[in-house]
Amino acid sequence: MSKFEFPVEASHILMFARSVGDPNPIYADAEQAKDTEPGGVIAPPTFCQASAQFNPDYFLRPKIGEPWFGSGKEPTGAPAGSGGGGTGLHAEQHFEYHRHPRPGDVLTVETRDGETWEKQGRRGGLLKFRESITEYRDQNGELVVTARSIGVQTEKVVEQEG
Amino acid sequence: MALKASELSVGATYEEQVVDNLTRTQLVQYAGTSGDYNPLHTDEVFATQVAGYPAVFAHGMLSMGLTGKALTNYVGDGRLTKYGVRFKAQVWPGDSLTTTITVDEVRDEDGSHYADLSVVTVNQEGTPVIQGSATARLDP
Repeated sequence: MSKFEFPVEASHILMFARSVGDPNPIYADAEQAKDTEPGGVIAPPTFCQASAQFNPDYFLRPKIGEPWFGSGKEPTGAPAGSGGGGTGLHAEQHFEYHRHPRPGDVLTVETRDGETWEKQGRRGGLLKFRESITEYRDQNGELVVTARSIGVQTEKVVEQEG
Repeated sequence: MALKASELSVGATYEEQVVDNLTRTQLVQYAGTSGDYNPLHTDEVFATQVAGYPAVFAHGMLSMGLTGKALTNYVGDGRLTKYGVRFKAQVWPGDSLTTTITVDEVRDEDGSHYADLSVVTVNQEGTPVIQGSATARLDP
């Protein structure tokens, strides 16, 4: 459960579009975007995932003054005994667009837990699945995007095929 | 440039290469914009020596974003109403990915026209890395 505000900004959309290799001017050029059907810059389809930037508790962002599990002097900065060999991975992601976010929107992001289940995996041992549902509502309280994410915790490192 | 319901038939396909020779730099770029700084994707030392993977690998959401580019190039800007995927296999630096979109159904709902699409993105070996579906609003 978390709730925070996600200000949608033109420069963030531009940089996000670059990072997915998409040169479409509708993400980068307000002048050219005027002549398109949406009539202005809109966010690319997976942009709402970048709301993580504004989640104060997001666990995959280093926090000032706290240990970080990536490499520094040692291959990991994780406190001893915290590793289990398994990995948290993203299994599925679904978006429903009621409209496409635009620069200037301030979206309220609220996530709730969905279902959980387990499955014996072929390559990663016991797999624990966890679903979460996130609603993105605009400054008028209107639903803009609904996202459903399924994460999986593997028991061990996923074996590579071939 | 949106698709027209009157001109679109079930079984029609669209194919696009969405990345050629994926670089580690692009993984860093995506970490920076998405805010997902998991070192599995950007820290080769951690990914190989601690996590036990052969290299860093792409965020699933980067593969979904690359695939989304093919979708919006096909259906037009602002036309998607749904887009969902399963992450089928990891994507590694050096991979080249190609997305194929297939029209499964063209239908009317509440006076608007929609296409239901299936989406698959494969690597250079033809292994699916993303499998999903999408719905787009069409012109008449």
